[in-house]
Amino acid sequence: MNLFAQEVPLSWYLLLSAALFSLGVVGFLIKRNLITIFMSIELMLNGVNLSFVTFAHQWHQVKGQIFVFFVMMVAAAEAAVGLAIIIAIFRVRATLAVDRIDRMKL
Amino acid sequence: MHLILFLIFAACCLAGAINMLLQSHPIASALSLIVVMTSLAVLYLLLGAEFLAAAQIIVYAGAIMVLFAFVVMLLNASREERTRGSRAASLVGFPAVVVILALIATVILHIQGLGAASMSQGITSTEELSVVLFTKLLLPFEVTSVLILIAILGAVALARHGHGDQEHQAPKERTTRP
Repeated sequence: MNLFAQEVPLSWYLLLSAALFSLGVVGFLIKRNLITIFMSIELMLNGVNLSFVTFAHQWHQVKGQIFVFFVMMVAAAEAAVGLAIIIAIFRVRATLAVDRIDRMKL
Repeated sequence: MHLILFLIFAACCLAGAINMLLQSHPIASALSLIVVMTSLAVLYLLLGAEFLAAAQIIVYAGAIMVLFAFVVMLLNASREERTRGSRAASLVGFPAVVVILALIATVILHIQGLGAASMSQGITSTEELSVVLFTKLLLPFEVTSVLILIAILGAVALARHGHGDQEHQAPKERTTRP
């Protein structure tokens, strides 16, 4: 069996993307730092992007790839606004631990 | 070759993601997330998406993660304290994650007619992508640029000092510098 000429079934890519998404959800639940929670959201977005690219490969369509492109742009905008919100919260609360940011009012 | 590359970079991806969860310092988490994003770029290349592979490295591993690292350093974020977390997360959250993962995996393994990826298959060129993007999808593309502009303005408005007296102090600090 020639290892170099072997193909990879696309379901493996989809399983990897599902695993990345679940790891993102787990991170969202167990992390206690505001910035790391935000990173877990980025991890989930990346997992979904991988499955878009996989299906674009499966159906030989460019639309899946364009969708990923838009997701990336929206993620960039989201990261900028989210980090600005984190900075604003830190100015008021002087902490990043989510356990201590549990009230809307001061 | 394709199989070997896939195995190496899928392992890098999962290891980076798990390491991100285990690390307690935000900078270490950010660096493992960069590992995940870079290996994902290689996987995109294996699937024939060359433009997305470049964009993944430039936008995600470059711009977004630099923003994260910048904020971590600006706020001097320290080691996070381990607490028990919420009750709802452990009671509902984790079983739900396991169920969702199992459900997705079962569905994926039962999909009929999924193909395979190999080295011999062609690459989607950037030209092919841009023809669709700049003809059929021109309006969404332009709207996204407006969205990014609004997001930048919003980020600046949120991150600056909110009150008047603080704004007056800021130029004074600048003048004291030699």
